[in-house]
Amino acid sequence: MGYTPVKFYQTGTHTIGNRLLPADARTVQSDDDRANALSCGHRACQGCGEALGARYAVDAAMRAVGGDLVAANATGCLEVFSTPYPETSWQIPWIHSLFGNAPAIATGLAAAMKAKGKATRVIAQGGDGGTTDIGFGCLSGMFERNDDVLYICYDNEAYMNTGVQRSSATPPAARTATTPALGAAPGNVFGQGKDVPRIALAHEIPYVATATVANLRDLEAKVTHAMSLHGARYIHVLVPCPLGWGTASHDTIKIARLAVETGLFPVFEGGNGDVTGVLKIRAKRPVEEYLKPQKRFAHLFKDATGAATIARLQAIADRNIARYGLIDPAAEV
Amino acid sequence: MEHKPFAITLDVGSSRANHTGSWRSERPVYADHLPPCNAACPAGEDIQGWLYFAEEGRYREAFDSLTVNNPMPAVMGRVCYHPCETACNRGKLDSAVGINAVERFLGDEAIRQNWRFAKPSTQTGKRVLIVGAGPSGLSAAYHLARRGHAVTIRDAGPMPGGMMRFGIPKYRLPRDVLDAEIARILDLGVTMELNTKVDDIKAAMQGFDAAFLAIGAQLAKRAYVPAGEGARILDAVSVLRSMEGAEAPKLGRRVVVYGGGNTAIDVARTARRLGAEEALIVYRRTRDRMPAHDFEVEEAVDEGVMLKWLSTIKHMEDGKITVERMQLDDKGFPQPTGTLETLEADSLILALGQDVDLGLIKDVPGLVSERGGIDVDPGMMTKLPGLFAGGDAVPAERTVTVAMGHGKKAAANIDAWLRGQIFEQPAKHTEAAFEKLNTWYYTDAPHQVRAKLDAARRVDGFAEVVQGLDADTALFEARRCLSCGNCFECDNCYGVCPDNAIIKLGAGNRYRIDTDFCKGCGLCAAECPCGAIDMVPEQI
Ligand SMILES: Cc1cc2nc3c(=O)[nH]c(=O)nc-3n(C[C@H](O)[C@H](O)[C@H](O)COP(=O)(O)OP(=O)(O)OC[C@H]3O[C@@H](n4cnc5c(N)ncnc54)[C@H](O)[C@@H]3O)c2cc1C
Ligand SMILES: Cc1ncc(C[n+]2csc(CCOP(=O)(O)OP(=O)(O)O)c2C)c(N)n1
Ligand code: SF4
Ligand code: SF4
Ligand SMILES: [Mg+2]
Repeated sequence: MGYTPVKFYQTGTHTIGNRLLPADARTVQSDDDRANALSCGHRACQGCGEALGARYAVDAAMRAVGGDLVAANATGCLEVFSTPYPETSWQIPWIHSLFGNAPAIATGLAAAMKAKGKATRVIAQGGDGGTTDIGFGCLSGMFERNDDVLYICYDNEAYMNTGVQRSSATPPAARTATTPALGAAPGNVFGQGKDVPRIALAHEIPYVATATVANLRDLEAKVTHAMSLHGARYIHVLVPCPLGWGTASHDTIKIARLAVETGLFPVFEGGNGDVTGVLKIRAKRPVEEYLKPQKRFAHLFKDATGAATIARLQAIADRNIARYGLIDPAAEV
Repeated sequence: MEHKPFAITLDVGSSRANHTGSWRSERPVYADHLPPCNAACPAGEDIQGWLYFAEEGRYREAFDSLTVNNPMPAVMGRVCYHPCETACNRGKLDSAVGINAVERFLGDEAIRQNWRFAKPSTQTGKRVLIVGAGPSGLSAAYHLARRGHAVTIRDAGPMPGGMMRFGIPKYRLPRDVLDAEIARILDLGVTMELNTKVDDIKAAMQGFDAAFLAIGAQLAKRAYVPAGEGARILDAVSVLRSMEGAEAPKLGRRVVVYGGGNTAIDVARTARRLGAEEALIVYRRTRDRMPAHDFEVEEAVDEGVMLKWLSTIKHMEDGKITVERMQLDDKGFPQPTGTLETLEADSLILALGQDVDLGLIKDVPGLVSERGGIDVDPGMMTKLPGLFAGGDAVPAERTVTVAMGHGKKAAANIDAWLRGQIFEQPAKHTEAAFEKLNTWYYTDAPHQVRAKLDAARRVDGFAEVVQGLDADTALFEARRCLSCGNCFECDNCYGVCPDNAIIKLGAGNRYRIDTDFCKGCGLCAAECPCGAIDMVPEQI
């Protein structure tokens, strides 16, 4: 359910709003009445992609369901920076779960709403650690039972809240606290990790999508579509972390954009086992452009030995491009 | 007091109590940077500013905004060489915004709807004399009249407009357009005295508090061409001027034009329209060194005008011209080769430029510039207090647009001088360079081209060659503007702030930073498409 671009205005549909666009062609985020589900005063780092992605996603879900929404939230930065007792940044009913059981809590919430005869919709959210590692069993169960929950994973590619440890979503070669840039093969190893969006798809649930903070319209369209469906749904959002990735706080969106434009992070959607649509690359970039501004990949650029590793990462990007058909020369994007 | 169990003794508080703005070391500031188009406009137009209104179809406001600086958009939209488009940042993306075409659309719309200028609410009682009713004189008159001064223009010619009427041919500038825009200026209460040549500026200034010399450059430069029996040698300015008279000049079947500037092109194209079967331009150097603009050369070639490079004219006699081939030396100067050639020609028209007729200031010492023309200071004033000058009469680039800009600048300085002050040019904003833009957000939008009359139909008469945009294409073209350096309310900053620290002030009012919560991450500045946000260090 991608969005239909309006190719007319000075900025087409890539900007968040634009005074020249009719109100219905603007994003939820452009609205001064947006829910601001994640309000200000939260303690996320400067330029945190997760804080941004969470507001983008939850505001869109709020709009889609007319504000009748409850969220379960796994432990992780998103929970810790938003709710130091007795304050909360959440302007929706929000329940903190354990690190590993947010999907199960959400399943229970959905069951409770049903039992009470309420139409309140349920989302669950967590980081990549909480989702792809410790919460994975609960998540798979939620999928398998097709519970009426939209699960949103905010993927910043490591356990950020506890000091940047590797997760099964950490990319190869990335330096983390547990995969130091030392030895013959510095950084995270190649050939490990999980591709949870594809695993979710394999559960044959009604809707699976990936998105990033770099393309808000795509993200909002996906959340909106997900909320129009029932059953288990999964959206995996790439949210760069300035602290863990070693990037400038103002580069968060640029880095996410480069992840897409290099092909390293394929943006697609699907359901019932199949990929049904992809976000095309507008201008393909070499992986170096994505890697270089990130300190977690700095060791690849120290000397000539990094070149082979960069080539392996480029091969991963190229494989994604081929697998999902991310480049369409005929498409005007 | 109500008793609550431990851990819920506190009410749920909002994190808004936590002012994360204290983390900030830099703050975002909305700036209005100078767009390159504005910086390049010799008339000082705020192009981005009027395009902003045009983008919304608010044409009247666009016209009002444009005419703050330039009173003749329909003329400018036809004859300006648009250095703004050369500078336009969009040129680095796909192709420059068709600023000139939109300007013409606005000018034509204003004529169609009979939009007038607001008259000044009060009169100053000061009287200013303007000598010359060309673009610089008319522009100065407009800006002075709007400031409430009483303006009298004297012109030697029978009609106002200067070279806009007696130089630029009708097929580029229809006279009804010129007349309408001049009438709108005179409508402000400007007195026009035609057929009144000023011979002595000091005498003429009697009864005036200040004067502006806008006399242009009327004297055709002559090159010595040895001529024998039956040689018909004319100068381009006279030929073009006589086009405004009752009888068209007789040029013959084969016309040779000598020169490489825009005037040479115009006179050759005019000759074609008067029935010359051959119109040949002879120029000393090569095409790339020709001062004429490429688009004009192309239009001329389309109309059958021929060009001969690297040639000088040696002699004319009995319908024959002798030319000598030239060769460029290593410094790029043409040098004679001794090879001669003969061309058939009924007339030879010299288009070698013009000089300023300084007769009216000959009795005032120290007014003439070493660079030719009248010497002025940065405030456009001559050595004679209260006497200002501009346009072609002072050493500068000679275009209608520069003349318009001089008129405006002179008016600002005359106004200050009349009040016993010195005009201070407001400080220029820093330029909105292409590197400041985040072009990711702009989609491709092809430039809308102005239709042209078929070349075959052009030479039949003096109908306007270049057609205007219609309402749809003009709106589209206006919307191609990237709004370099100036917020156009795309909501990006409002959207991308992870801390909801940007407050939307409503349509037309832009945004405000909530410094209680802005952590200074800089995402708004990085993701602003048009580079309108600066990050500035906090004073600690
Ligand atoms: C053929 C031709 C084509 C051109 N095409 C273009 C073009 O496409 N685009 C462009 O930007 N520029 C063009 N130019 C240049 C442009 O026309 C001039 O730079 C511009 O008109 C100069 O304006 P001005 O007001 O200084 O002088 P002018 O336009 O020359 O006006 C001077 C006026 O002063 C009057 N005058 C002079 N002496 C006296 C006196 N002693 N007493 C009273 N009145 C006097 C004259 O009669 C005249 O009306 C062209 C020029 C020519 C010759
Ligand atoms: C069972 C359990 N183990 C460990 C922790 C400590 N812990 C809290 S957050 C976190 C990492 C969260 O990583 P991720 O889910 O990727 O979220 P992020 O902070 O990166 O957004 C860990 C290990 C915990 N809270 N519970
Ligand atoms: S560590 Fe990363 S994810 Fe956590 S608050 Fe900071 S930027 Fe956001
Ligand atoms: S894009 Fe608009 S503001 Fe920028 S230089 Fe071109 S016309 Fe001017
Ligand atoms: Mg994480």
